[in-house]
Amino acid sequence: MAAFPRKWLAVLIALAVVIPLLHPVLPDLVSNYRLFLVSTMIIASIAVLGLNLLTGFNGQISLGHSAFYAVGAYTAAILMDKLDCPYYLTLPAAAVMSFIVGYLFGLPALRLEGHYLALATFALALAVPQILKYKWLEDLTGGVQGIVLMKPEVPFGLPLTDDQWLYYYCLIVMLILYWAAANILGSRSGRAMMAIRDYHIAASTMGINTSLYKTVTFGISAAYTGIAGALSASAVAFVAPDSFSFFLSIKFLIGLVVGGVGSLTGSVIGGIFYVLVDNSAQALSTFVKNDLGLQFDLSAYTVFGILLIVLMYLMPMGIAGGLFAVIRRLRRS
Amino acid sequence: MQQFLEQLASGLANGSIYACVALALVIIYVSTDHLNFAQGEMAMFSTYLSWQLMQWGFNFWLAFVGAVLISFVMGVLIERIILRPLHNAPILSVVVVFIGLLAIFNSMAGAIWSYLIKEYPSPFPKSTFGIAGVIGPHQLGVVLVTLIVLALLFGFFRFTPLGLAMRAAAQNPQMARLVGVRVDWMLALGWGLAAAVGAVAGIMVAHIVYLDPNMMGGILLYAFAAALVGGIGNPGGAVMGGFIVGVLENMVAYTGNQIEKLTGVYIIGNGEKLTVALIIVIFVLTLKPAGLFGRVVVKRV
Amino acid sequence: MYKTNRRSFVAGVSAAAIFSSVRAASAQKKYDDGASDTEIKIGHTNPYSGPASSYGVIGKLHQAYWKAVNSRGGINGRKVNFITYDDGYSPPKTVEMVRKLVEEDKVFSTFNLLGTPCNTAVHKYLNQKKVPQLYVATGASKWGDPKHFPWTMGYQPDYNTEAQIYAKHILSNVKDPKIGVLQQNDDYGKDYVDGFKKGLGKDVGKIVKHVTYETTDPTVDSQVIQLKDAGANVFFINAIPKFAAQAIRKAADIGWKPTTYLNNVSASVAATMKPAGFDNCQGVISSQYLMDPTDHQWNDNADMKTWRDFMAKHMPDANTADASYVYAYSVSSLMERTLKNCGDNLTRANLMKQAASFQKFRVPLLLPGITINTSATDFFPIQAIRLVRFKKDSWEQFGDVMHAESS
Repeated sequence: MAAFPRKWLAVLIALAVVIPLLHPVLPDLVSNYRLFLVSTMIIASIAVLGLNLLTGFNGQISLGHSAFYAVGAYTAAILMDKLDCPYYLTLPAAAVMSFIVGYLFGLPALRLEGHYLALATFALALAVPQILKYKWLEDLTGGVQGIVLMKPEVPFGLPLTDDQWLYYYCLIVMLILYWAAANILGSRSGRAMMAIRDYHIAASTMGINTSLYKTVTFGISAAYTGIAGALSASAVAFVAPDSFSFFLSIKFLIGLVVGGVGSLTGSVIGGIFYVLVDNSAQALSTFVKNDLGLQFDLSAYTVFGILLIVLMYLMPMGIAGGLFAVIRRLRRS
Repeated sequence: MQQFLEQLASGLANGSIYACVALALVIIYVSTDHLNFAQGEMAMFSTYLSWQLMQWGFNFWLAFVGAVLISFVMGVLIERIILRPLHNAPILSVVVVFIGLLAIFNSMAGAIWSYLIKEYPSPFPKSTFGIAGVIGPHQLGVVLVTLIVLALLFGFFRFTPLGLAMRAAAQNPQMARLVGVRVDWMLALGWGLAAAVGAVAGIMVAHIVYLDPNMMGGILLYAFAAALVGGIGNPGGAVMGGFIVGVLENMVAYTGNQIEKLTGVYIIGNGEKLTVALIIVIFVLTLKPAGLFGRVVVKRV
Repeated sequence: MYKTNRRSFVAGVSAAAIFSSVRAASAQKKYDDGASDTEIKIGHTNPYSGPASSYGVIGKLHQAYWKAVNSRGGINGRKVNFITYDDGYSPPKTVEMVRKLVEEDKVFSTFNLLGTPCNTAVHKYLNQKKVPQLYVATGASKWGDPKHFPWTMGYQPDYNTEAQIYAKHILSNVKDPKIGVLQQNDDYGKDYVDGFKKGLGKDVGKIVKHVTYETTDPTVDSQVIQLKDAGANVFFINAIPKFAAQAIRKAADIGWKPTTYLNNVSASVAATMKPAGFDNCQGVISSQYLMDPTDHQWNDNADMKTWRDFMAKHMPDANTADASYVYAYSVSSLMERTLKNCGDNLTRANLMKQAASFQKFRVPLLLPGITINTSATDFFPIQAIRLVRFKKDSWEQFGDVMHAESS
């Protein structure tokens, strides 16, 4: 894994902290909407990071991360809705809840590999929206109608707008989670995780408890994605089974692969891509129709598909992989 | 008892749909070692092609053969043009390409033929055979066609040199190349074959679920489960898997109904049948990780 | 033909121009965000991608409609800038897109946002921002609540009311009804069933069996069998066309002959009845408020002819059997009229006021006898439907126009 230079990281973080404060000075450039958009990118990147921990660093494929996202979101929503729990306390709760679900799910998944694991996780992704609609849980989950929530309020009378605050809230959570992920991966445990991915049998003969590592990784991965779900429940202020369809898992997977499998930076890029891909597909489709004057109506969905294929052609290792390759080549010359 | 029989029959009928599509999934897996997420959409597209041929005046069987042939060529072309450059890409990147294909086929079909559902004719005589009220002639016909396709494939892979070469190319490309198998073309052939089987599946299914761009969405999920239950590398297993999933699902709903009737408490029903069926499938898989009819591959270190 | 049309358009526009200039002298021009002397911006979201992309045709028609409006001079001399975004039927995406419409594009009003969960996700936001959420494309009953949500208004008859009408009809027409209900397991299905139960009142026990399906289910065969075996003699289908057609056909296949009620969502000859087989559909009861483009009884209808001309001219490639085009055309017409009625007072408050003051207004393609009626306390534009019965190959209306007052 190519490391991101520390100096640049510091500059980026400083920019991420300072720029939103310019909102009162440049209300159009740093608008509330754009802050919200960046917040959704941050949330998506946390979810993709969760998936990356499992798939990229531990080699277990998951098509079920929409389920953990839903568990996190619903845990947060139910706590806020039924128990008037403050929104910031919902994060640890969502993390614990998703961890438990992920860990438990990791147990049978131990016996499954590759396509079979993909199927099992896929089943989970299909099952969760149905469980949310289950008759006896309806009082809690709001059934098919979902739960409408309040947006997080600015604390301590800080002179921020709601969206500025939401942004900082997400940013802080993301920085903590990335720091934690980088530390885990750099530690003995992280090396064990990756050893399992690369040389499963060798790792177990070397005395690594592969079962434990795999299930715990499943749990941590689920917890990350669950936290992202809880953040999204606060940001969107609404949860419903329709928000957590299987297609969401697919989009996380696309974010993961396009960003870069097995790369922390890639997860950020994946999160950004996750949000931008739909918008750009539609923009491209209108562009093709209006400006290039193509007679055939190329729909946004077609463009979306073409976009994915072209990206994989150009950068089969994802955008992060492609970027690092370019940087390496530049350095060498 | 009557309901039990009806549910069983309807489960078998649905199962034959899953079996058909699962078969196509298995072909691609056997011949290219990939699970093709776009399989359902390709089958849907092929079905539209046959529908279009019929609109142009061909009769059912001509359209059937035409669509199967076109699909075969389409499959070969997709492999040669789109997947070829990605031979060395990581598996997840290939999965993303499949998702891209899925989106393209789905939206193109919508753009060309509109999203309105269309009725699709059945080639089988109306209610001269079959057990009235329990299983219809078309359902029986689908089962029959599925079995024929299965037998043909079995014969092809088992007894022809080409079939052997295809299997070799998928399982161990390097070694196959060494013994003179043209691996690239074998992969393309596998895609063509899978697309052709997919076309048969789509044409069989369309009469039951109607023709629309999203007709395969739900079915692919079930077919996926069916293929894995049976063992992903085993065509016969996939067909059995299809029937198992179809019947299991209906039995879950049936049991739920009986429980509700006896105790008056709603525990499981139609809303949960897929969930419960999948839980059972996963449970089975944890006991037999290579699928019910799959062979355990011993890994060499 | 084309020329005279063009000329009469020009004449009409100039008349309107004079009219508005007269008014402008007396009343000050007033604008909110998104409206000016030259332009009115309205925003829309719709799934163009993902599994729900079949609704995309509604957005396509809107685009063509507003382009046509602009080419004949716009509204009171102002061009309509219609902005539509893809939300993939995902509520979080809708929030993002609607915020973009309101905060970046600064639209004057949103219009015909599609989907119950998607509208729910922005319901509060739009009302807080005081941006109109007009004529939403869903039939849930919660859109007509001016007391709590004065900036939101529905369009079509709500599902709840429609189901109540069926319930009443069953109670007064079927002897000893034993009802089997087939429901799509989501928001839309639940609204229908809730209304249906409300309509049955104390007779709610007449529902002998209630089954659901998921849109991922390949068929509803298993569900239909369950209903038959529960001994039902009335079949209430609340499903989208594909599953409704399957249900009707399956019932016939297994020799079950109940009195069948079909929700309005699927009351399309081309999308439901033809695939189900006309033989199997005889006597099915449903309700309508719009004309069905594939029902030949409207072939000579003036509205229908205008619509067909529009389709031929502006969307020549579209499949005119799709009832979504009729729906979208009618709701766009209502929006056009609402904007026109605002005159030069293009404030959001005035837009809502105009939307809430239609009296017996006829929108093209509504069934004869059905009109738009709204008031400061009535935010349900269409509340009337006609019961229809399927006969031979088309719908036959019977009984009076039903006006059920929604709660």
